[in-house]
Amino acid sequence: MSIFSRREFLQVAVATAAMTGAGSLGMTRLAAQQRLTEADLLGFEPLGNVSLVHLTDIHAQIKPILFREPSVNLGIGEVSGLPPHITGEDFLKAYNIEPGTPHAYALTNVDFVSLAQSYGKLGGLDRIATVLKSIRAERGAENTLFLDGGDTWHGSYTALETKGADMVELMTALKPDAMTGHWEFTLGQDRVKELIEGLEFAFLGGNVRDTEWDEAAFESTAWFERGGVKIAVIGQAFPYTPIANPRWMIPNWSFGVREEDVQANVDKARDEGAELVVLLSHNGFDVDRKLASRVTGIDVILTGHTHDALPEPVVIGKTLLIASGSNGKFLSRIDLDVSGGEMKGWRHKLIPIFSDVITPDADMAAMIDKVRAPYEEKLNRVVGKTDSLLYRRGNFNGTFDDLICAAMLEERDAEIALSPGFRWGTSLLPGQDITEDDIFNATGMTYPATYRLPMTGQFLHEILEDVADNLFNPDPYYQQGGDMVRVGGLGYTIDIAKPIGSRISDMTLLKTGEAIDPAREYAVAGWASVNEGTEGPPIWDVVMDWVGKQGTVSLPENRAVKVVGA
Amino acid sequence: MTATVTRRSVLTLGAAAFVTGIVGLPARPAWSAEIADTIKEFTGGAEPQTGRVSIDAPEIAENGNTVPIGISIESPMTSDDYVADVIILAAGNPNPGVATFHFSPMSGEATAQTRMRLAKTQDIVAIAKMSDGSFYMDKRTVKVTIGGCGG
Repeated sequence: MSIFSRREFLQVAVATAAMTGAGSLGMTRLAAQQRLTEADLLGFEPLGNVSLVHLTDIHAQIKPILFREPSVNLGIGEVSGLPPHITGEDFLKAYNIEPGTPHAYALTNVDFVSLAQSYGKLGGLDRIATVLKSIRAERGAENTLFLDGGDTWHGSYTALETKGADMVELMTALKPDAMTGHWEFTLGQDRVKELIEGLEFAFLGGNVRDTEWDEAAFESTAWFERGGVKIAVIGQAFPYTPIANPRWMIPNWSFGVREEDVQANVDKARDEGAELVVLLSHNGFDVDRKLASRVTGIDVILTGHTHDALPEPVVIGKTLLIASGSNGKFLSRIDLDVSGGEMKGWRHKLIPIFSDVITPDADMAAMIDKVRAPYEEKLNRVVGKTDSLLYRRGNFNGTFDDLICAAMLEERDAEIALSPGFRWGTSLLPGQDITEDDIFNATGMTYPATYRLPMTGQFLHEILEDVADNLFNPDPYYQQGGDMVRVGGLGYTIDIAKPIGSRISDMTLLKTGEAIDPAREYAVAGWASVNEGTEGPPIWDVVMDWVGKQGTVSLPENRAVKVVGA
Repeated sequence: MTATVTRRSVLTLGAAAFVTGIVGLPARPAWSAEIADTIKEFTGGAEPQTGRVSIDAPEIAENGNTVPIGISIESPMTSDDYVADVIILAAGNPNPGVATFHFSPMSGEATAQTRMRLAKTQDIVAIAKMSDGSFYMDKRTVKVTIGGCGG
């Protein structure tokens, strides 16, 4: 029951000779359309009585974007080498995808720069609207459930400026049936409550409790009847929001995996007659994989948070795990045959939203234009240009992070820079202009102060060890799902297989080539501190100042981080 | 009925109990001699069995200064078969004793909640003494982290 039929791949397996050079995307429409049609992308032989449609982690990317998938996405322990911990050529082989095809481009980093010039941008809420309309028309809205996995109200300038209002307005037009959250919470608890009060659909989070009374802070479960099937959707917000993001912004909410509560909510739903139980999750893939192996009674987990795009479900016991990517690049459609309170069959397709192939929905396109209109001049302002591919996603330093670190080192006169291992942020091709829009896509958030502090070598080591364990702890329940903290001015070696405290070695101050002295204090600049009262200019100002001075930036692949034990 | 220990009494218990200078072989390699001794003192040298005790604790603490911990022990709680005492230890704290709970058949069920301060990532250990003199144990690792890089 593969999503993309093999035949489809062969049809589109047209060799794309390397089209290098300036990053003009003007020719992509023709190239993409020669290889793909909307009918190819939407084609789906329906099955059973219920369709689920999953969108997650769009990070407020309402326009089509470029997003390079990771070249390094290591799994540790039991999940080493298992999806989603396969990348590049290995990914193509594992899923039998021909190199050079649209799907190879959408799903991996292989030949990203040249293929981006053939196939163009992905995503756009107007294209997503078209796909949704098509599925609802074909399948019947009464048989279709559309679920949003969260990280929706954050990630762009307009989302930041409107405090999520733009995303609520646009998503409401798409009529989701429920959502859960993570970065939503960085709008602060008052704003989150305000937005939720106005929502026309459920905001679910069964794993969030009120710190005062230890009671459920949000609805855990929403009920639907689709295709004559009684469906319970249980929401699971990102379990480590108050740790990975500022707790002071949400002082009254406590999170956690709370596996026992998930089981209790599933059992309750089954007792109350649910024939299909869906977990709408922002746990991250490895956490959901473990959860699926321990909690019984979940038919489908719609996973989110770790930004993985998998062309086929991972099946754990009787549970399907669906990973639908990020930034609006994909929608997943899952058709289910449910009868007698049991899931008897399924068919799945991860639909890449090729923006040059899928016709934009006119109403949604107009709404997007309206949302952006007041800011269009600012968003389109060219700050500089890049000679290099700029991207963030990957376990270790990405070139966009290297740019941010370089800006912090110079603009804040620091010896070492630290930049968080976020998985959001879009990509830019060599030759492209860098606009304010692009910079906000990589930095826009509610705690942007760029601090400058003295830190000892020992403390820096502790930070790297601590973050590495959040990524490489062999028990997924102890992972937070971000990538490794990015460093500027600093080199190090990491052995991912070692326990906390002994993964990081050979820390070197790049400026002098000297080993980091545990006792010495270094001037460190960084941003996105979770501590209240952090002082400094917003990171986007730091980045814009630096890029403006450079004119054209050049960021070669980072060679200062060495990875062993993988 | 649920036993609840106030924060103040937890701190008092923590300060008063489990001070020992005897060095012995640790019951678990990862544990300090102090923990091993404390356990030995509580169990009279008996090796606790696993099962029946479950600790409810976050995998990663949201705030190391006040970490919610719950315990529950499977027991019919009849006059013939009940949970008598439970100790909770924070194996990595400078002073590992967190709390001791006393139960009786009148308790109805053996559950309790408390909050503890955790100086660093460590194991939380709960050991229950049953009315027949047997001991059961559970252990959970609670991670205390700098945080700030998820997403």
